[in-house]
Formats: sequence, structure tokens, C-alpha cells
Amino acid sequence: MLRMPMPDDAVLARRAAIVAGLREILPGEGVIDDELERRAYESDGLTAYRTLPMVVVLPETTADVVAILRYCNAAGVKVVPRGAGTSLSGGALPLEDGVLLGLGKFKRILEVDVANRCAVVQPGVTNLGITHAVQDAGFYYAPDPSSQIACTIGGNVAENSGGVHCLKYGLTTNNVIGIEMVTMAGEVVRLGGKHFDSGDYDLLGVMVGSEGLLGVVTEVTVRILPKPPGARALLIGFPTIEGAGECVAAVIGAGIIPGGMEMMDRLAAEAAEAFVHAGYPLDAEALLIVELDGCGAEVDHLIEAVETIAGRHGATTCRISRSEEERLLFWAGRKAAFPAVGRLSPDYYCMDGTIPRKRLGDVLARMKQMEALHGLRVANVFHAGDGNLHPLILYDANNPGELERAEEFGNDILRLCVEVGGVLTGEHGVGVEKRDLMDTMFDKVDLDQQQRLKCAFDPGNLLNPGKVFPQLCRCAELGRVHVHAGQTRFPDLPRF
Amino acid sequence: MAVLRPADTTQLEEAVTAALAKDETLEILGGGSKRALGRPPRTDHVLDLGAFDGIVDYEPAELVLTARAATPMARLVAQLDARGQMLAFEPPDWRDLLGTGGEPTLGGTVACNLAGPRRVRAGAARDHFLGFSAVNGRGEEWKAGGRVVKNVTGYDMGKLQAGAYGTLSVLTELSVRVLPRPETTCSLVMQGLGDEAAVATLASALNSPHEVSAAAHLPAGAAARSKVAALSGGAATVLRLEGPRPSVDYRAAALQSLLGAGERLNDRNSSALWNEIGAVRALVGEGERVIWRLCPPPSTAPALLRRVEARLASAEGFYDWGGGLLWLALDERDAGPDGGATVVRAALGEAGHATLICAPEAVRAVGPVFQPAQPALAALARRVKAGFDPKAILNPGRMQQGM
Ligand SMILES: Cc1cc2nc3c(=O)[nH]c(=O)nc-3n(C[C@H](O)[C@H](O)[C@H](O)COP(=O)(O)OP(=O)(O)OC[C@H]3O[C@@H](n4cnc5c(N)ncnc54)[C@H](O)[C@@H]3O)c2cc1C
Repeated sequence: MLRMPMPDDAVLARRAAIVAGLREILPGEGVIDDELERRAYESDGLTAYRTLPMVVVLPETTADVVAILRYCNAAGVKVVPRGAGTSLSGGALPLEDGVLLGLGKFKRILEVDVANRCAVVQPGVTNLGITHAVQDAGFYYAPDPSSQIACTIGGNVAENSGGVHCLKYGLTTNNVIGIEMVTMAGEVVRLGGKHFDSGDYDLLGVMVGSEGLLGVVTEVTVRILPKPPGARALLIGFPTIEGAGECVAAVIGAGIIPGGMEMMDRLAAEAAEAFVHAGYPLDAEALLIVELDGCGAEVDHLIEAVETIAGRHGATTCRISRSEEERLLFWAGRKAAFPAVGRLSPDYYCMDGTIPRKRLGDVLARMKQMEALHGLRVANVFHAGDGNLHPLILYDANNPGELERAEEFGNDILRLCVEVGGVLTGEHGVGVEKRDLMDTMFDKVDLDQQQRLKCAFDPGNLLNPGKVFPQLCRCAELGRVHVHAGQTRFPDLPRF
Repeated sequence: MAVLRPADTTQLEEAVTAALAKDETLEILGGGSKRALGRPPRTDHVLDLGAFDGIVDYEPAELVLTARAATPMARLVAQLDARGQMLAFEPPDWRDLLGTGGEPTLGGTVACNLAGPRRVRAGAARDHFLGFSAVNGRGEEWKAGGRVVKNVTGYDMGKLQAGAYGTLSVLTELSVRVLPRPETTCSLVMQGLGDEAAVATLASALNSPHEVSAAAHLPAGAAARSKVAALSGGAATVLRLEGPRPSVDYRAAALQSLLGAGERLNDRNSSALWNEIGAVRALVGEGERVIWRLCPPPSTAPALLRRVEARLASAEGFYDWGGGLLWLALDERDAGPDGGATVVRAALGEAGHATLICAPEAVRAVGPVFQPAQPALAALARRVKAGFDPKAILNPGRMQQGM
């Protein structure tokens, strides 16, 4: 089981004073002290872990955030930022001795700037809320996590979230062009804006995906895209996973980057079919949904090309959507895959590794062997175009030891992803979940270098500590320069 | 001053460690093609990465290429081309602009976060940079990112290295995302538009669903210097479409009817034109001039150029990225000893950034070449730098004085 840093007794002892101090900053309902109300914040989407936060604050303005962070920084109190709490890696897991800073009240769309193809929004606006705000003008916000009804753009920025359209349109990082943020010391910094790129270090680029460890995001400028005129999808069944994998490689090899390309294995497809009745073929070992978007001429042309490729790779069924309803039906099963799989078992644990696509066959075969070893089943949902796997491990938390077995199984899967040349997380973040596996990808020098970045933003290590890194950082030690003069073999180096 | 030529990462670590011990500074050199970019290097030694050459791994179906830092772009692009792929950010060749020789390399291209006309649709080098190995200013080899196209494990350190001009670490090996090369390309040219109308036209095209992959406007002076004959008739507003042939044909016709104009350029003229635009050909070789690269909010670019023109009569510019990139040339004498910085930066204000790309060394040595940051941000950037290169021995002063 996962361990969090030991709570600081001195801070816990000052709890009443800290609550009072925060109340001076945020009068009224902005500070939540009541235990029952605090319970609502005790976990995020990684529900196996729960911690009651010391106190919850719900600021409404950047000035509130500044005052709260200044206060906490001076008082040595930890802070955990939170959007909608849908993180699947425990990024928003509260700390017993920490303030939970909820951005739920930052809900305004500040500006839709069509001439510059961007929108300026507050961090608590939901992902789908942005698209709703710009769709009348013919635009949408491209990254579309399955949680898009609920998750916030602030959370998306922190996690660098993806979605089924990311292969073609990029992740959050490719679609966010500016932010306003507040550092733990309470300084307001604006990075980027409505323009392209950075005129200095790209700190915006490193803020995206920093999992709430570097600063609290208080405003976001996103790029918006004109809505494609149309889209059609193919639903393709394969007798083997390998066949489906080769088809994906061949589509890309033919120079086609589909708007979406998703795969489900038999168990996931069966569960989805039982849930939404999308007409998925039930005899296929792998099901592929390929969506082509763009003008009619392009979509028709590419649908035909993909159909031919699928045929050449042994597809046993291939349906092409003939209407918008049918296209959405193809997707309905995929979009509901998590809850659908959830009906097969009391609990499921969603993993998120990325592998080089060519290793898909091996990886799924090894996962099958692991099923026997751990005595648990796995259903697989897969962003096939970019190699991002979502194995869903089925378990029952009421059976003693089963959660632990599910976690061990999950860790084995992630180690396997790294072993075949992939990575621990493609879009859900490290959080607390994969924290202790970081050393499978990175050595001490790599992790120290990452920690030094943290020190530049938050030298007191008060913002979301205990996440992402297996060890808390000690900035003073990391900042020292050890020079070993005379020890080098440098004279051997060819000189000019 | 010595030129150090480490043969491998171990020797590179030793070279940096030795410099650290002796308090000596290093200029990091790939092919040298962008040596004149940024503040002039004043270092004790030159660290020539020439030995870090070669493609390590390239699997077209995975859309990932890994190569050593000093691999020449020309070789890399040829390899990609042979497999029908490309670097989607369209790295431009700035050698004529900068008046330098040498071979552009992958490391240099990413370190300067270059991007060509396709930036407006596909992003810059930063958006395609997946992972790397490097040696930091402590002489330690470290790595971040990965060799897959989707990865959020740890901070996205690649974003910081891209555009850091080698001031944070010496990149040794890089993995980048590659994409299929479009089957066909065509460009539409509209003539005679004033800047405001032209940038508004570029915006309507970019706001349309027709997937415009490049959008530029050359006022009459700049257009006249193009080698593409179709541009000879005064100011030219140009749009590019790429994709499968039936799609490009359809979208070209749709855009022509949306905009009520547009002459089609063929494939060859189209590539020649966008290469010229990426290489800033229109402003090169016109006498003693300083050249600025401004990135304002796209719709504000024409007014920005007017504000500069009002103060500096020699100002001449052209627009790429739908207005999001304004190239600006000033006569050296008109620009004055600061290269026009006071006027240009005042005209730009807080929205966007301006970089002095071409100017005599003396000018680049004195004033800020890159966008000066607000105090809180500048202090943060200094702490970030210290975390990678605590004694500021890697390309010191290349971006900001004293850093
Ligand atoms: C059913 C389901 C499906 C999902 N599908 C996808 C998917 O397809 N793709 C995908 O990428 N993810 C997916 N997720 C994961 C999750 O929705 C994303 O990670 C999302 O971005 C989290 O947003 P949130 O607002 O809920 O953030 P939270 O969970 O509240 O927080 C996430 C992290 O962000 C930090 N944070 C939040 N707001 C801020 C802020 N303003 N400033 C600084 N830090 C902040 C928190 O400290 C935490 O570390 C899914 C989750 C669920 C439950």
C-alpha cells in the first residue's frame, strides 16, 4: 500500500488558528471546516485512496488565491489544488495536514476571441463547457477526455489530458496557449497569451502536465478550432489482436492520421455491447473504431482507403457509418467502456501506460499470463493510434487482499510497458498511483533534475507534496554544487 | 580558447565537469548555422558536438524518430522523405537570413524551437519533441520524456529545453514525432489587399473548416522580391492547403468561393513560395538592415506594424501564421544604436514577444535580444536556469545578460 508523507503534528496542533486565519481571507462559505462537508473532498477518481483534508477553501478570485497561498507559505502549511476531482492517479488526493484548494468557483468564460481563434476561461470551467461556449461560432476545443462533462480545464492543464482525438489534434499542451498562475509564494505570473510560442523559456510548456506541483492555475487561454464539416467512422472486427495492430500500423503507413482510432479487446467490446447495444460484432477478438473527419471529399476518399487496408489485414467485419446517429452509436460503446466494464465486476482499476504500437501483441499476451498469476481478469481499451493502453483490472474490494492484488497486477503491467520501450502514463498522470514506479523509468540524476525544477517554483515543497516523486525533495541539498577538480580524465579529450 | 570535441557522452560529461571546476564557460555548437542568433557568445571554450551524429532509431509506423543532436537536418529530412514522412513543424533554413554557413542540426533546430509556415496548424518544434538525453551544467547526464508519442510521466522537460538555446543543458540525443507527408499541396494567391484586409482574410480562411496549413501576407515590396512569378503583381495574400488530392481540390474551390478570389499555384511554385517565406527571403540582402521577429496576437499585427512605421520610416514587414508572426526589417541607421528595440518593444507592449534576429554583434551584445520578462517571471526564469546550470557555464548570456 501507498504511504503518504507523515502529517506534521505542529501544523495539526495549529488547526483552529489556521482555519481562523483563512476565514479572515475568505469570509463566509469559502472556508469549509465541518467534517461532513470536508468528506466530499476526501478522494478523487482514484477512489481506493481517501484522506480527510485539514480544511477546504473555495476562493473566487485570483486575489483570493494569492492571499491564501501567501498565508499558507508563511505558515508552512501544505496546499493541494483541486478541480473536479476526476483524476485517476490520485493527483488531487488531500493531505491530512494540508489545505485543499478547490477551484470550483472559477467558472466563468472570460472571452471568446474568434479573430485570434482562442478563448480565455477560468480554470473551473469544464472541458465540454469550453466547446459549448464556442460552438455557436463554429468552433470547438479539441482535446476531449472521456470525463469531459465533469473535468475542468485547470485539471486538464495540470494533467496534460488527452482524448480520442489527440492523435490528430494534440494533447492539452498543444492546445493551451496561455495561463495566469500563482506561485506558492503568492506571486502572479502570466505565461503565454494569445500569441504563438514563448519569447523566453517555455515555462507554460512545463506548467502543463505538472500535476499541481508548480503553481495554481487561475486563468487559461486555449486555442479553439473550426469544427470539421463532417466525420464518418468504420467499425472493424478482427479475429486476432495482432491483425488489428497490423491494420493500425498499415493505416498510418499509408499516410493517414485518422481523427480517432480506438481498439477494444473482446471482453471490453462484449461489456460495451451489453451496456449500449451498439451492434458490436461479438465474435471478434479485437474491435477497431476508425474515424475520419474533414470535408466530404476527404472523408469518402479515406474511408475507402481504410476499408481496403482493413480487408487486407484479415478484418472479419467492417461497417461504415451511414448517418450521424450511426457514427455516434459506434462511439457510444467506446465512450461508455469504463462504466460498461464496471458492470462486470464490483470494482475496476484503470491503468494508463503507453507502448510502442508494434509491441501490442506481446504485451497483451503477457497480460493474459499475468491474469493467471494474479487471479484477476483484465479488459483492454486502447488509444490504438498513439499506443496508449487502458487495461481495466476487474476486482472486488470487499474480498480481503483483492485491491492489493489488483494494484500489484497494475504495477506489473506498467513495468511491462516500460520494459518494452514505453512509459508509465500516457495521459492520467503519475499522481500518487505511479509515484513509486518512477524509478523504473528514471534514475536518481533524472529525478533530481526534475526536483530542481520544483525547487525553482516552490522551494518550501508545500504545493501538492507526496505526489509524482517517490522522495520529497530537499532543495538546499539539491542546490549544492559539488566540484571535483583534478579528478577528471579530461586531458584525454581531443583539443583543437 | 579551445575547441573541445567530445567523442561520446562520457567525454562530454568530463568536458562540462572540467569547465565547472575551473569556472570556465562553454559555447555549445552543433552545425554552427545559428551561431549568429541570440546574444553573441563570449565563452572560454567551444564545445563542438559534431561527433553526436546519426539516426539511432526510426520506425515510420510508430511515428517516432530518434537521432543524435548534431545529425544534419538535410540528412534527416531526406530519410523521412524516402518514407513519405516529414517533421510537421516545417523547420526553416535561416542561413541566408543570418548570413551563416554550416549545417543546421536536429539539436540546434529544437534548441531554438524553430517553426516554419505550418506552425499555424501543426505547432512548433516544441510540439513534436518527445524525449531526450542531455548533460546539464553539473556535468551529469540526464534524460526525460520517452520514445512514444503520448507520455505524461514527470514534468515535460522537453518543452523547457526547446527554445532554451542550449542554456539549460547540452542535448545529446532527441526523439521527435514525425508525420505523414501530405499527398498534394496547393496554394491560393490573392492580390492587392492592404495589410488590415489581408490579415482579416487570413483569419476568415483559418476560421473556416477548410484546414488551411499556412497563411501569409506579403505587402507589395516583399512580394516583388519573390522568385515565384505569380507574385509579381503587388501585395500577395497566400493560403496553403494540403492533403489527399480530392480533398485539396474541393477545399481550394470552397475557399475561392468563400473569399471570392484566389489564383491557384501548382505544387512546385507552392513549395518554392513557402520555402521563401520560411527562410524570410523577402527581407534578406536589402542592405544594412536589422531584422526583428514579432509574435503578437494575430489580429493585432497590422496595427503593430503601423505603430512601428509611424516612428521609424524605414520599417518594412511581412506576415506569416495568419498575422501571428510579423517579420520586420529596419535600416540600421534609422533603427539607431539599440536596433530599434525601444520603438519595437513599446509598439508591441505586453501582448506577445519580439526577438532581434539580425543585427550587428555590437547591438546584440548590448540590449536584450529576447523579450524582457516582468520581474517575478524573470526571477523565476533565473531560478529555473540555476536548477540546470548553477554556475551558468552553458551558453552564458546567449538569451539574457548574466544568465
Ligand atoms: C470516467 C473517467 C474518464 C476519464 N477519461 C480520461 C481521458 O479520456 N483522458 C484523460 O486524459 N483523462 C481522463 N480521465 C482523468 C481525468 O478526468 C483528467 O485527468 C482530468 O484532467 C482531471 O481534471 P479535474 O478537473 O477533475 O482535476 P482534479 O482531479 O481535481 O485534479 C487533477 C490534478 O490537477 C491539479 N489541479 C487541478 N486544478 C488545478 C489548478 N487550477 N491549478 C493547478 N493544479 C490543478 C490537482 O492538484 C491534481 O493534481 C478520466 C477520468 C474519469 C473519472
